[in-house]
Amino acid sequence: MYDLIVVGGGPAGLAAALAAWDNGLRSILVVERDRELGGILNQCIHNGFGLTYFKEELTGPEYAHRFVELLRGTGIEIRTDTMVLDVTPDLMVHMTGPASGYRVEAARSVILAMGCRERARGAIGTPGSRPAGVLTAGAAQRYVNVEGYMPGKRVVILGSGDIGLIMARRMSLEGAKVLACVEVMPYSGGLTRNIVQCLEDFGIPLYLSHTVTDIRGRDRVEQVVVSRVDQNRRPIPGTEMVFDCDTLLLSVGLIPENELTKNAGIELDPRTKGAVVYENMETSLPGVFTCGNVTHVHDLVDFVTQESQRAGAAAAEYVRSGEPAGESVSLRNGDAVSYTVPQRVRPGSIDKSVNVFFRVNRICGRSEIVVTAGDRRLAAFKRDRLAPGEMEHITLPGKLLQGITGEITVSVKEALE
Amino acid sequence: MTDVLIIGCGITGAATAMELSHYKLSVTVLERENDVALGATRANSAIVHAGYDPRPGTLMAKLNVRGNALTRELCEKLDVPYRRCGSLVLAFSEKEVETLRELLDRGTQNGVPDLEIISGDEARAMEPNLSDAVVAALRAPTAGICSPWELCLAMAETAVKNGAELHLDTAVTGLERAGDRWLVHTGRGDYEARYVINAAGVDSALVHDMAAPHGFDIRPSRGEYYILDKSEGKRVDTVIFQCPSERGKGVLVGPTVHGNLIVGPNAEPSDPHDVSTTAQGLDFVKETARLSVPSIDFSQSIRNFAGVRANSGRDDFVIGFAAPGFLDLAAICSPGLTSAAAIGEYAAGLLKNDGLALEEDPAFRLERHRIRFKELSPRDRAALVAREPAYGRVICRCETVTEGEILACFRSPIPPRSVDGVKRRVNAGMGRCQGGFCGPRVVEILSRQLGVAMDEIDQDRSGSRVLIGETKGVREDV
Repeated sequence: MYDLIVVGGGPAGLAAALAAWDNGLRSILVVERDRELGGILNQCIHNGFGLTYFKEELTGPEYAHRFVELLRGTGIEIRTDTMVLDVTPDLMVHMTGPASGYRVEAARSVILAMGCRERARGAIGTPGSRPAGVLTAGAAQRYVNVEGYMPGKRVVILGSGDIGLIMARRMSLEGAKVLACVEVMPYSGGLTRNIVQCLEDFGIPLYLSHTVTDIRGRDRVEQVVVSRVDQNRRPIPGTEMVFDCDTLLLSVGLIPENELTKNAGIELDPRTKGAVVYENMETSLPGVFTCGNVTHVHDLVDFVTQESQRAGAAAAEYVRSGEPAGESVSLRNGDAVSYTVPQRVRPGSIDKSVNVFFRVNRICGRSEIVVTAGDRRLAAFKRDRLAPGEMEHITLPGKLLQGITGEITVSVKEALE
Repeated sequence: MTDVLIIGCGITGAATAMELSHYKLSVTVLERENDVALGATRANSAIVHAGYDPRPGTLMAKLNVRGNALTRELCEKLDVPYRRCGSLVLAFSEKEVETLRELLDRGTQNGVPDLEIISGDEARAMEPNLSDAVVAALRAPTAGICSPWELCLAMAETAVKNGAELHLDTAVTGLERAGDRWLVHTGRGDYEARYVINAAGVDSALVHDMAAPHGFDIRPSRGEYYILDKSEGKRVDTVIFQCPSERGKGVLVGPTVHGNLIVGPNAEPSDPHDVSTTAQGLDFVKETARLSVPSIDFSQSIRNFAGVRANSGRDDFVIGFAAPGFLDLAAICSPGLTSAAAIGEYAAGLLKNDGLALEEDPAFRLERHRIRFKELSPRDRAALVAREPAYGRVICRCETVTEGEILACFRSPIPPRSVDGVKRRVNAGMGRCQGGFCGPRVVEILSRQLGVAMDEIDQDRSGSRVLIGETKGVREDV
């Protein structure tokens, strides 16, 4: 029986396991499906990681390595090349690996940190033929950065998610010609710094409010057709542009990988596509916590680390003292807010403060983030600009939430210029 | 010199090769592509039809009903996923109830067992997600679903195990009568055969014309589909049809043996090899399917595809000798998958009547088994991984496919030559991420097993390279 089993040895799982160790747990198992720890960071060889957490600029593998090194000094048990297939409601964890075999381990607490996957072509229904050369930006990243192969040399990118932007630069540096980045929304889905550093610096045009309306080619991609879309995201006939290319990279969104969560009967939030969590990252199943991109998709690994540390500390607290007491309050999404994490808080068990992460569902200029309970205005935070591609967070002091029952609403009020 | 040479290794060619491999004959199968099942066989509704659609008295009617029973048996013997889930044809008006009665009558004449017309409420009691507008339905309990490409593969493997020769990447370019035999010209040299069987699918009219005066046209008809995630896989439990029209059996909503939901097809005239999807076609499929099952959540779509049916404009298959020693198994449109096993049986009979001696080969074996890690109990999984550790490494997360299963298919009678070839054999890459994670790993395994560099691995047919070369290798003149 382990005190804690962490499912996933990426940045979330590593930070969570370390925090649980630092908070006194001594029987911890981290299960990682790949052969190395570090998760998707291992293929993110660009820099820009760690600016918030380490106050320095690291590459993905370097960022992961910091945690792997810290882990070495602990008694945390690691099982790589092992995949968790099932977590039962009574916390029996089924896993399989070539060296360790098929095992069922019991746990007092579990942290789910499986990360996310990329949306693929079928999810967006791009019509056309189905040749080789259509792949997700993350798969391309693995081929280029880990395997050392090029998926193509004349590239169009659909979607302006961060991985697509990073790959626009990466493929350009490897000698490929990136012809266009095409985004169906009127704004980019990626970080502003990536638009500047990965597209603008390389002279790659970004077509907002455009999408791919046809893929041509029998064996390999030969052409893609790009059309402008109207406000309802329907292609406008007569606006077609044809690009001669051999590759279409897709960067059209990430989906938290919650099959284990779902099978365990844990409540999911259709908006985040992750588990509904409390302020301490606990799910609807007592003793099961979740953190990182499996909970909601982050832009910056630094925030994954912080969130995961809270999950790790909370798992340790749970093993020590059991379930936190007290009624919970729901966080409601007000105007312009598409989701919040956590979705529920237990005011009675908030120590100092609670971090609330959220995203807006449209570009907002100078705004005020307003937190209300019924008619009461609890807090307000000013921002110059909010964008769906950039996760926001606010810190609510615990004192503010005492005595509140029912619901708290987070909304964004844009100032009228 | 071979006794029988079959052109094309789709479901019809594979079934015929397997049937003939029961006998002491030399059988050669030529397939243009780098794998079996690459035409209509891999892109269709995957339905084992009950047999109420074909006009009574046609060969199609006979072979459909016989094939329905044979397919069920074969899938069991050859370890091919199959489920007799039954089907419903929906009527939305009194006029359509008339059509149901006609179908019931046809089915009865064709010998389809246990057909009945049920009320809309009875249909909704069986399938709670059906539209309120359904007034009646024709229920056919013998309809089923299967994995079409695995059935084709299993039959082709059985033929090869029992002595048939399969030559992939071998396209027939001409046929020549030389005395009492056929000379078959291909891109890879000539073959001599006593009998030639035309199982060339959408190109069966072209092959026919190489051997005999023009006899029929193929009017290719393309159908587009959605495959939805397993989260939608239980939206219906039986195959839901609408009333058929001249254009085909219409848009269906059905479960797949892999646990997904399939929705489609439309029917549009097309180039025989153009399996593109179109925005209009997919919209039509979506809107039409919602008439039957309004609650389908299309945001759960994981893949679209299209397939081309070898329609001929007639209401029957084109089966028979077109020239001495030249047998057409042509224009095998729907219900071709259901009928294939019966077509193979029937073809063997035609050859026998023509004077080919069919002597049973006592060494013939009809068996096949493959390990599906996902379907094993924890205890069996543990034992398997202890014995063969490669079964402990999950390569495809979405479908829980292990390295052991992938390696095993390289030891099978028809090993894969492409990423999609691995997918058709073990389901890796068929899930919700569509190979995003396992694709690079499968490329690496193929490279290792085939002994070629990763940038020589094809996604699908020969020449569909996944990668174009090593990094730092892209030339300046892009």
